[in-house]
Amino acid sequence: MDAKKKDKLATAIIYILVGIVVLILAGILGNILITGVPHLSWHFLSSEASSYQAGGGVRDQLFNSIYLLILTTIISLPIALGAAIYLAEYAKDNWGTNLIRTTIQILSSLPSIVVGLFGYLLFVVQFGLGFSIISGALALTFFNLPILTSNIEEAIKGVPQDQREAGLALGLSNWKTIRGIVLPAALPGILTGIILSAGRIFGEAAALIYTAGQSGSTINYADWNPFSPTSPLNVMRPAETLAVHIWKVNTEGIIPDATIVSAATSALLVIVVIVFNLGARYLGNKLYRKLTAAK
Amino acid sequence: MQELKQSYGKTFAKDDLELSTKDLSVLYGGKVQKLFDASLQFKKNTITALIGASGSGKSTFLRSLNRMNDRVATVNGEIWFHGLDVNKPNINVYELRKHIGMVFQRPNPFPKSIRENIVYALKADGQTNKAELDKIVEESLRAAALWDEVKDKLDKSALALSGGQQQRLCIARALAVKPEVLLLDEPASALDPVSTSKLEDTLKQLRSKYTMIMVTHNMQQASRISDYTAFFHLGHVIEYNATADIFTNPKGKITEEYIQGSFG
Amino acid sequence: MNDKDKLKEVVDQAIADQQVPHVKLKKMGPNNVDIEKLTKPSKETRQEYWGKGLTYMAIGLIIVLVVSIIGFIGYHGLETFIDNHVNVFHFLTSTDWDPGEEKNHVGAAVMIVTSFAVTLLAALVATPFAVAIALYMTEYSSKKGASFLQSVTELLVGIPSVVYGFLGLTIIIPVIRTLFGGTGFGILAATLVLFVMVLPTITSLTVDSLKAVPSHFRKASMALGATHWQTIYRVVLRVATPRILTAVIFGMARAFGEALAVQMVIGNAVLMPYNLVSPSATLTSQLTSQMGNTVMGTLPNNALWSLALLLLIMSLVFNFLVKLIGKRGQK
Repeated sequence: MDAKKKDKLATAIIYILVGIVVLILAGILGNILITGVPHLSWHFLSSEASSYQAGGGVRDQLFNSIYLLILTTIISLPIALGAAIYLAEYAKDNWGTNLIRTTIQILSSLPSIVVGLFGYLLFVVQFGLGFSIISGALALTFFNLPILTSNIEEAIKGVPQDQREAGLALGLSNWKTIRGIVLPAALPGILTGIILSAGRIFGEAAALIYTAGQSGSTINYADWNPFSPTSPLNVMRPAETLAVHIWKVNTEGIIPDATIVSAATSALLVIVVIVFNLGARYLGNKLYRKLTAAK
Repeated sequence: MQELKQSYGKTFAKDDLELSTKDLSVLYGGKVQKLFDASLQFKKNTITALIGASGSGKSTFLRSLNRMNDRVATVNGEIWFHGLDVNKPNINVYELRKHIGMVFQRPNPFPKSIRENIVYALKADGQTNKAELDKIVEESLRAAALWDEVKDKLDKSALALSGGQQQRLCIARALAVKPEVLLLDEPASALDPVSTSKLEDTLKQLRSKYTMIMVTHNMQQASRISDYTAFFHLGHVIEYNATADIFTNPKGKITEEYIQGSFG
Repeated sequence: MNDKDKLKEVVDQAIADQQVPHVKLKKMGPNNVDIEKLTKPSKETRQEYWGKGLTYMAIGLIIVLVVSIIGFIGYHGLETFIDNHVNVFHFLTSTDWDPGEEKNHVGAAVMIVTSFAVTLLAALVATPFAVAIALYMTEYSSKKGASFLQSVTELLVGIPSVVYGFLGLTIIIPVIRTLFGGTGFGILAATLVLFVMVLPTITSLTVDSLKAVPSHFRKASMALGATHWQTIYRVVLRVATPRILTAVIFGMARAFGEALAVQMVIGNAVLMPYNLVSPSATLTSQLTSQMGNTVMGTLPNNALWSLALLLLIMSLVFNFLVKLIGKRGQK
C-alpha cells in the first residue's frame, strides 16, 4: 500500500472513531434526557422518596444535595484560596514546593471511595459525628480541595505580573496587593473554578455513602432552627443525596419504579451539571468583560 | 575589547544628594550576575537618564533602588537615602517604596475607576477623609497634566483611557503617595510620539519638586529631558555625566559608539 | 532620509504643535521622610505577617490531611496482618475470600485480578478512541469542530459516575445478557462503562500533549514530502508519546479507583472471573458493598481496610509512574 492510500485510510479511521464517540455521547445524553425528563414533574421534585411503593419523589435528596454543596463550598473555599495564594504568590521554586505540589496531586488522584472511607474513620467513628451532613461535607471538602486549589491557582496566575508590581511600588504589602488587586482581577477565573467544582460535588456519591449516609431522616420543612433534630438545616442528621439515591435504589432498593426514579434523577443531575458548566463559562466571560473592558 | 569599568563618574556635594549607590551588584538565581558594582549619585530635583542596550543592566539597577528585585534576585551593595543604607535587611521596604515611587514600562492601571486608582494606596494606608482624598486626586492629576482630560469622568474605568493617558494616570497614582523620588522604567516605550512628548512635558514640570531616574532606550528622549545621563554596558556603568557632555563629548569609546549608533 | 530622521521630525513636530498646559506644582510635593519609620515594622509588615501566615496554615492543613489519610488507612489496613496475623503473601494470592471464618480465608486475589483486568481493558479500548479524537481536534478539524468535541469531552467528564453506572445497568447489561447469556454482569460490562468514563480524561491530556508538539516539526516533515498521516505517525505521535502514556496512566488511575459505577455492573460475587461475562468483584466494589455490613475492629472489617490500603498504594503507584515518565520525557 502506498503512502497516499495509507494516509486516506488513517484519516478514514480517525473520522470513524470520532463519529463513534459522538454517537455514544449522543446516545448517553439522549437516553438520559428522553427516559428521564418526562418523569421530572413538580410532584417528583416536591414529594418524599418512597421506600417500597412506586411514585416516590426526591424532595429531601434534592435539598440535601444542595445543602451539602453549599456547606462544602463554604468549608473548602477559604482553605483552597489560602493554599492557592500560597502556591501562586509565596511558594519559591524549590524542592519543598515540589513536595507540596506532589502532595496535592496525590490527594487529587485518590479514589473518592478512599476519601469517603477516611471520612468515615475520622468523623463518623473517631469523632462520633455519625452518618451526618457535616461528616459528608467534610469528606466532600477533602475531595474538592485539590481541584479547587488548582483552579484558583490558575486564575491567580493569570493576572498579569505588572498589576502586582503596580501595587508593590505604591508601598502596599504583598498581602494587600494580593487581596485588593490580584484577587479581584482573578475573580472571574475563581468563580468559574468554584462552579465547575460544584458540578463535581453535586454528582459525587462514593465519598458520601459512608459519611453522609444512605438514608434520610424525617425532615420538617417548617422548622428552620438548625439545632432542632428535624430541621432541614441540622448538620447532624443523616442525609441521602440525589447521586447516592440513584445508587441506592438500583443496588439495594426494592421500589418497583426504580428505573423510572433513577432515570428522572439522572436527568436532573445531568441537567444541573450542564447548567453549572454553561453557567461557569457564561459568568466567567461576562465578569471578565466587565472587569477589563471600558465602561 | 575595552575594559568594562566606570571610566567617568559624576559626583555631587553632600547637600545636593538625593540618592546614591555604592558597589551595587545584582545576582539572579545565585549565578547570573546582571549588574556589577554600580556606584552612582543622583542629584535632588533633576532627571537622570539611564541608557544602554538591552541587557545592559539599567532596568535591573533601577528596580533595585526601591527593592523591587528583592524577591527575584540577590542585591549586594549600598543604597544611601537620607543618611540610611536602605539596602539593609532591617529596612521597611513598604515605607521605603512610599518615598521612592515607580512607573513601569507598560501602563498598568488597576481595573478600577480613575479615582480609585489614585486613592487606593492612600485608603490602604488608612486615609479615609473624603474631602482630603478628593483634594489629592485633583492635585495628583493636575501634577501629571491629566486633570483637564479626565475631571468629568473620575469614576469611569481607568482602562477606558488611551495608553498615554493611562501612563500619566500611573504617574499621578505614584505622586499621590507623595514620594521624593520617582523611578521610571522606559515610561514612553509603549506610547505613540504625541503621547510621548506630552509625557515628557509632564516630567519636565515635575522636576521642580521631584527627583527622577529614568531608564530609556530613546537617545533623543534622554537628550531632550534629562540633566544627567549614565551609560550602562553589559552590567557595568561605563560613564556618568551631565547629559550635554555625555552626548557631545563622551569620554569612553563604547559610550561614543553606542550614542552615535543610536542617533543614526 | 532614513526612518530615524523621519521619526525625529514627527516628534519635533508634535512637540511644536503642542500647547503645554501650565501647571503649578505648589500644593503637590513629597512628604518628609521619617527615618524612624524606615527601620520600624509598619501596618504593612503586620498585614504581610498575618496574610502569609494564613496561606501557610491553609497549605499546612492540606498536607496534614494527606498525611493523615495515608496514616489512618495504612494503620487500619495493616491491622489484618499485624493483629489478625494474616499472611501478606496469602492475602495477595489466595482466591478464598470469606474473612468471617478466620485468617486463612482472607485472600484478595479475585478483587486484585478483576480490578486490574477492568482497568487495563478499559484503557486498552479507550486509548485508540482518545488518540483519534485528539488527533482530529489538533490535526484535522477546524476550530469549530475542535471546540465542539472539547464541549463533548467536558460534558462526558461532568456526568456523575452513578449515572454511568445506572446506564450500564439499564443499557449495557441487558444487551450483554441477550448476546452472551448469563446475568450480563461482569468484566465486559464494567470495561464498557469505564471506557466511557476514562475516555475524556485520556482525550483531554492527549490533546495537551499533541498541542505541545512544536509546529515546525510538522512543517519540516511536510516539506520533506511526507503525507499528513506519515507526519502524524512518524513525527507528532512519536514526540508526544511520553505525554500520551501519562494520559493513559491518569485514565487508568481513574478506572482503578472508580467505585460505584463499577459496583453497579460487576456483579459483586467474589469469584475468579473465568470469562468476560462472569460476575466478579473489584477492590472498590467490595469496599462499597461490604463496608456497611461489618463491625469495626473485627477481621472482616480489617480485611476490607486492607483492600482500601491496596487501593491507596495503587493510587500512589500511578502517581509515581506519571512522575517517572515525566522525568524520562524531559531528557
